[in-house]
Amino acid sequence: MFQEISFILNGKKRKFNIDVRKSLFEILREYAGIKSVKQGCKVGECGACSVLVDDVLIDSCIFLGLWADGKKIKTLEGQAKQGKLSKVQQAYVNEGAIQCGFCTPGFIMATTSFVKKNKQKNVTIDEIKKNHAGNLCRCTGYQNILKAVKKSLRN
Amino acid sequence: MTVGKSVNRVDAFAKVTGRAEYTEDFYRPDMLVAKYFRSTISHGYVKKIDIEKAENLEGVEAVFTYKDVPNIKFATAGHPFSLDPAYKDIEDKLLLTQNIRFMGDEIAVVVAENEIIANNALKHSYECGGKIDEALKNSDYVTKGKYMTPMVHHCHIENHISYAYMDDLNRIIIVSSTQIPHIARRIIGQALDIPLSQIRVIKPFIGGGFGNKQDVILEPMVAFLTQKLDGRGVQINLSREECMIGTRNRHPFHIKVKTGFMKDGTITAIKTDAVSVTGAYASHGHSVASAGGSKQSCLYPRATLKYNAKTIYANIPVAGAMRAYGSPQILYALESNIDDAALIAGIDPIEFRLKNIIKKGDIDKLADKEVLSCGLSECLIKGRDLISWDKKKKEYKKFKTGNIRKGLGVACFSYASGVYPICVEIAGIRLVMNQDGTVHVQVGATEIGQGSDTVVAQMVSETLGLSFKNIFVVQTQDTDISPFDPGAYASRQAYVISNAVLKAAKLLKQRILNHAFLMTDNNSKEMDIIKNNIVLKENNKFVLSIKELALDSFYHKERGHQLSAEVSKKTTANPSVFGCTFVDITVDIPLCKIKINKIINLHDSGVILNPVQAEAQVHGGVSMGIGAALSEEVIINSKTGYIHNNNLLDYKMPTFTDVPKIDCHFVETFEPTSGYGNKALGEPPTITPSPAIRNAFLDATGLKINSLPMSPNKLFDLFRENGLL
Amino acid sequence: MFDFEKYIKPETIDETIKYISENSDARLIAGGTDILINLKKGKFENLTLIDIHDIKELKFIKIDDNKNILIGSGTTFLNIIESDIIKKHIPMLIKAASSVGGPQIRNIATIGGNICNGVTSADSASSLFALNAVLILKGINGKREIPISDFYLGHGKVDLKETEILIGFKITPNNYKGYFGHYYKYAMRNSMDIATIGCAVSLKINHGVFQDYRIAYGVAAPVPMRCLKTEKAVINQKISNELLNKISNMVEKEVNPRTSWRASKEFRMNIIKELSKRVTKKILISVGEKI
Repeated sequence: MFQEISFILNGKKRKFNIDVRKSLFEILREYAGIKSVKQGCKVGECGACSVLVDDVLIDSCIFLGLWADGKKIKTLEGQAKQGKLSKVQQAYVNEGAIQCGFCTPGFIMATTSFVKKNKQKNVTIDEIKKNHAGNLCRCTGYQNILKAVKKSLRN
Repeated sequence: MTVGKSVNRVDAFAKVTGRAEYTEDFYRPDMLVAKYFRSTISHGYVKKIDIEKAENLEGVEAVFTYKDVPNIKFATAGHPFSLDPAYKDIEDKLLLTQNIRFMGDEIAVVVAENEIIANNALKHSYECGGKIDEALKNSDYVTKGKYMTPMVHHCHIENHISYAYMDDLNRIIIVSSTQIPHIARRIIGQALDIPLSQIRVIKPFIGGGFGNKQDVILEPMVAFLTQKLDGRGVQINLSREECMIGTRNRHPFHIKVKTGFMKDGTITAIKTDAVSVTGAYASHGHSVASAGGSKQSCLYPRATLKYNAKTIYANIPVAGAMRAYGSPQILYALESNIDDAALIAGIDPIEFRLKNIIKKGDIDKLADKEVLSCGLSECLIKGRDLISWDKKKKEYKKFKTGNIRKGLGVACFSYASGVYPICVEIAGIRLVMNQDGTVHVQVGATEIGQGSDTVVAQMVSETLGLSFKNIFVVQTQDTDISPFDPGAYASRQAYVISNAVLKAAKLLKQRILNHAFLMTDNNSKEMDIIKNNIVLKENNKFVLSIKELALDSFYHKERGHQLSAEVSKKTTANPSVFGCTFVDITVDIPLCKIKINKIINLHDSGVILNPVQAEAQVHGGVSMGIGAALSEEVIINSKTGYIHNNNLLDYKMPTFTDVPKIDCHFVETFEPTSGYGNKALGEPPTITPSPAIRNAFLDATGLKINSLPMSPNKLFDLFRENGLL
Repeated sequence: MFDFEKYIKPETIDETIKYISENSDARLIAGGTDILINLKKGKFENLTLIDIHDIKELKFIKIDDNKNILIGSGTTFLNIIESDIIKKHIPMLIKAASSVGGPQIRNIATIGGNICNGVTSADSASSLFALNAVLILKGINGKREIPISDFYLGHGKVDLKETEILIGFKITPNNYKGYFGHYYKYAMRNSMDIATIGCAVSLKINHGVFQDYRIAYGVAAPVPMRCLKTEKAVINQKISNELLNKISNMVEKEVNPRTSWRASKEFRMNIIKELSKRVTKKILISVGEKI
């Protein structure tokens, strides 16, 4: 069951002949060389494989690869430009929001989408939490991630 | 000065850009995947196993059962080898088993081209017989006056994953998400009966461990499979569901505590009886119960202490090492009991503790050594202030009846900085100067997210006088390359390595200055290194830059050599660390929920090497402690041994929306046995949230809840029994 | 990789109906948050998937000339949360939609999928019950409409006839105009959880007297349900704490929660009773009533 699809991956058009049974997570890892999507559950419970599809945050593990056809996909790999970190990435570094780093790619994508939607808005701490609640982290207790999100919103 | 500064993590860039490579990110073109066939009953015997159908499926490379594996029982616990037979780990695990000991036990393994083929092979090819009997003692213990803690799981976001292949020298290479590469190498050798030198274990970045990867679980199997398949790459990548039953958990404990005290509040005796349930295999079972006792032994050092512990097997998933290793269980019981005692004595729980807790100069009776650094009293006093204890106590007097109750609680802990004298404490470091004057660092200390690479770089920078950014830690542990160190456990890395780092950095510094002498004729004793330059001690006058010196040391045709230093050092001290949790809660009686209004952890961990990273450790530990206190529990069907919630939806680890703001404060002491004054920090933050919340609940409701988690279901039953609902 | 056998991707509703009629054991996939997980867990064998994820005809939120609010079955919870129509007319549905899972799930899971699964814990169901939502179904024999309360046949079973697909939901103006509502999800975590009990209340109030009162629950019975007897007893009554207690006692007689490893019947009952009071009170306070 193969089918040709194409999508814009981090700004570049890519074409793949994919097995339709594969998730976007698998397409990204196996076909596109994208390793920032991590597997913590494979059933949409942990958020470690989060990416943006047309700027909407999704779990790539429960998203059919075919659904990406014609869409714009953003992953962590596309966030830093010429060695310069995005504001969100820099905030995660500076606020000590990283420990083992396994949930970090998914979190940064969640924050990136949240910040884009809420620039210059007054968001509450509860809104930040609620909009990052699909990403689990066991190392940080979410405290410094919260700081990093707040900092990203300010910048 | 670098030590004590909140420098960014050395791996931060790699981790925010996705460049950090974890085990799953490595790919071999010949890689096969292996899947375990696990038992579907909790106790019994495999009567018949027919693998022919599975073997003949297209895409199936091989099938192995318990009949095919070496008949060698091995221990999986990640402890250093012990020369003393009395401290040897219990050898009770075969690679695959015929004798089923829990639901999920490993009977066979299928190696196939991909996961779907492997899964299908498992589906269609096995019949297994046996009997379902052996009621599980674990899950139905409900005893009054006793304390009970349930089985909880680590929930590192990266599941267990390993792969193996054979190299050009016909050796087995295992790449694994492990906390203990050097120990894993030894155990693989033992399990397969091959010499240690034929095995190389590589640990790339690892997505959390919390003790669950201080056990050798997949490594011997992938090594066995690659050996059987002529060196082809074979990977086992556990699903979350498998990881939650087929790896390790925290030991459930059943604990009785008796505390004797005088009218004036002096504690005279503490007797603890603990039963720990290790599940189907020993793993760390024999040592967790004893560690839980010994690490709390110096909290109330002037009382007479008696600690009895038993560890029992049960037909449930295996318990092993988990953050704070027995202490969360024992201290939940002890600190609950201390609060009950304070209540009877009519003394404020803080005052009661201040009167009895350990102080600097007390004798740690178990180690028979004087405690050289202790800031526990300061932690309690500071915490009382930070939570406005006296003011809130008054304010909350009006919240002791009705539907909404409020209360305050506190609990203390003591912990250790390593495993000496039970096991050896050894750490190694190699410093190598590069041509440009920067230094590469190789350590056996295993970075698992806790930040050990970063603090090692800080220590090196501090002693050498080089900028932090000029110190590069090789962020992979590889048994072929990394100096020997047993690995990441017991909160030991930063403490145990501190003296090795200090010694190695001093040695390298001396060699640098010796070379500076060759270049300048200044006496090496009269020179120092400050900010990447050699200077004269007396007036800080610039002599030459490290960069010039490094180049000269490499390329001058006659003088010098590549400058390096290597130290392997054993530590024979094990300083205790201390701290406490303060918590302010609201109890909603009709909804059976506890809400944390404020929670503060205070720690004496000696000198804090990197405040931001240290706080981050506390945040994570407290959050895990809150989960254990309020919601986390592996739910086992007591009749069948079936696990109801082995996934991240049904197992209630806290989400972002479940963790309150966590405050953190350090009372810095200086530990003289440590290279940089630092002591342990990694595990302790998770110990006291449970008893502190339990004590606050007692304050709020007058009810004792002596079983974890304090979940809505349990609160409902308690309120019903006591007529509150 | 998801282990399905056959994959069909129709472009329109009519094409979908044709494929369903040709593949009687096929399953529809919209958001995929349920079916893909079940596939992963090996709950299906030799499955045929009919993919309606991208069918535009199923994605809409609009008001028609008769002021009916129409919501397409392919509408995601994100679409609902961000819809000005829903925000203005039925904010309780926003509350329900935002209590589903976490952001990634809400961004892709559909309201149609939530209902067609037939599970009692579906977060949108109790609100749709309280709103007397009507389901618009289409099959080979044409369209039909049925009230949501008739759609649920039993746990995991819904009244989707052989070739039918759920097109969407209709909420008529007499079921939302002048009503105030609220949904409360009681769960063990604040996100990423299944409701232990879900409670939706929608009411109409005039000078302190209930003109209408609707209370619906999830997980209080094998399927989502309304407490009709209680509702009847509340209509034309004055707001009072005694009335709230009466509601709490009356719902107890109508619901039928069960014991599972997640929670006991008694515990659920306690929450059911408590929520009837709290949710009602919350609405009353939010509209400025004194209680």
